[in-house]
Amino acid sequence: MYDIRNLSKVYNHRKEPVFALRDVTWKVEPGSFTAITGPSGSGKTTLLLSLGGLIQPSSGKLHYGDLDLYRLPANRLAEFRNRSIGFVLQTFNLVPYLSALENVMLPMIAPGRKGSNPADRATSLLGDLGLSDRMDFLPRELSVGQQQRVAIARALANDPDVILADEPTGNLDPALSDEILNILEKLNAEQGKTIVMVTHSPRAAGRAGTALKLAEGRIEA
Amino acid sequence: MSFNKNTVVFRELKQRKGRLFSGLLAITLGIAVIVAIQSITEASRQVIAGKLDLLGANIQILPQGASVDDYYSADIDAPTFPGEYVDRITASMLPGIDNLSPKLTRKVKVGENAVVLTGILPRNELAAKPVWQTSELMGAGPALTCAPSKGKESTLTEEDRKAERKAVEALGESEAWAGSLVAQKMAIRQGSTLDIQGMSFTVTHVLPETGTVDDNRVFAHLRSVQKLLGVGNQVSNIEIMGCCNEISEGLLGKLRNILPDTRIMTIGHIVNTQIETNRLMSRVTVVLLFLIVLVGSISIGNYVWANVEERRKEIGTLIAIGWDRKGIYRLFLQKSILLGVAGGLLGYLLGTVAAIILGPYLAGLAIEPVFSYLLWSLFIAVLIAFLGSCYPVYRAARLDPAVIMQEI
Ligand SMILES: Nc1ncnc2c1ncn2[C@@H]1O[C@H](COP(=O)(O)OP(=O)(O)OP(=O)(O)O)[C@@H](O)[C@H]1O
Ligand SMILES: [Mg+2]
Repeated sequence: MYDIRNLSKVYNHRKEPVFALRDVTWKVEPGSFTAITGPSGSGKTTLLLSLGGLIQPSSGKLHYGDLDLYRLPANRLAEFRNRSIGFVLQTFNLVPYLSALENVMLPMIAPGRKGSNPADRATSLLGDLGLSDRMDFLPRELSVGQQQRVAIARALANDPDVILADEPTGNLDPALSDEILNILEKLNAEQGKTIVMVTHSPRAAGRAGTALKLAEGRIEA
Repeated sequence: MSFNKNTVVFRELKQRKGRLFSGLLAITLGIAVIVAIQSITEASRQVIAGKLDLLGANIQILPQGASVDDYYSADIDAPTFPGEYVDRITASMLPGIDNLSPKLTRKVKVGENAVVLTGILPRNELAAKPVWQTSELMGAGPALTCAPSKGKESTLTEEDRKAERKAVEALGESEAWAGSLVAQKMAIRQGSTLDIQGMSFTVTHVLPETGTVDDNRVFAHLRSVQKLLGVGNQVSNIEIMGCCNEISEGLLGKLRNILPDTRIMTIGHIVNTQIETNRLMSRVTVVLLFLIVLVGSISIGNYVWANVEERRKEIGTLIAIGWDRKGIYRLFLQKSILLGVAGGLLGYLLGTVAAIILGPYLAGLAIEPVFSYLLWSLFIAVLIAFLGSCYPVYRAARLDPAVIMQEI
């Protein structure tokens, strides 16, 4: 699915280079469920956003199937994010003035998309996640667990092959964390979604089939 | 309602109404001020134009040698020039000339009395003297011919000339009209006979009192007076009804080019005041407009900037789920244009209402709404909104998702 060769990312911080990723070589198999762990500042988020086509690496190669991601023009890269990737983030990132249903519809009405019946699909996705009776609630009217489920529904909107999750349970208590992990596990097992999940929690990492450990921007054996 | 990108814009506007108000305020007030000033100026322009019209002819063409101390009596005993000058002006098709009345004026003796005799073309004279029009001479109220409309051509068409010939017969070869003061002094009434230097005239009308020099004159047909004085087709002056706009745009200069050997006068102070006010107001409006566009743009820019800042996370999210730069531009610009349209509309309404309420106090004028200002208001407000939001929106679309996604 992903083929990553000698990937490095250097940020410029007031003209000082900050090495976030150093020489990362890694493959992600289709249908795998990987947990990325490592101390804070080790480059986990940077790697995940690179996989999602949001961070231009400084050097190295990043292929998604046949696509050389960072050689794509900006609009094709946006299209790639829209079709192939679903993001689930620690802070949910729901649009505050849109209802749960509308948030889930957002990826389906992105520029250049002619989604057929976004409302129907969003309704069934929210239904699958047990939110049938919360469709027209604003994010602030939902509990945190519900908000994260809306975010997952939104990630699934365009039926992407990959789900990239950055500490999806970071803001949730253990019971809610389990709930979210169950959902991700199920998506991986039943729908064959490839899942890459950044997490601090050993418990969450334990749910994933594969583990990748980062330290100071490098993969630890 | 189906959910689309426009819905996103509307939802956001609805959720943040309070801030929307402050964003709108500058545009709305700015447009309102301009619309109010313009409405009042327009009304006063029309009133002054109307007044000028009621005063009658406002340009005089006199021979070089005429004394020009008094506008209203400059024609008395002035040297003469050929009557063909009327045709020259007509042929020039200068815009802004509403009526031409050539005259020949001399002091003459009627018995013991010295009387000012003025030869006129009756129809032209009537058109030039709205005060007379209220009398039975014409039977109709004064028509405002000098409303500030653009592109008015000379009205002396072939049709008019035919009509003129008919009207000439209304003041026959040996008929005269007497001004009210002359009539009083010499006990002239309708039907009296005047013997002027061997020619006898029947008075067919005693003119209504006008409070002008006309009250002291006796009027006869131009051709008769020319014959009486033996001067051929000579006239001592031509009075012109010129339209105020064109006068301020250089009508006098153009007339001088056509008739180089004449003196051309206007009812100076009235016209000048009008021109000055118009110039001043249009300068004030230009400066004000500039300021309002500047301040409005800055204020809208400020609002959009703050809006972009508070929506950083949302922008990052939209980029992550596959919106591209164009989509972000659209999202914010659409909102700005909407603000512009709303500000323009509200500003127009507010300004018009303010003008209608304040006009009578500030300028002593009744104000009518000017509907064409609505289009201008919308145009300027949208321009302001667009100018103001260009940079913040550009910046929003260029936000680095890598940076935003690191922010909690
Ligand atoms: N926009 C940026 N500019 C400069 N440096 C950055 C930027 N984003 C991240 N970094 C640096 O890159 C390094 C890796 O950051 P990253 O967010 O990938 O770490 P992380 O493993 O996700 O940490 P955490 O577990 O705290 O989320 C850090 O040292 C961070 O300071
Ligand atoms: Mg991180």
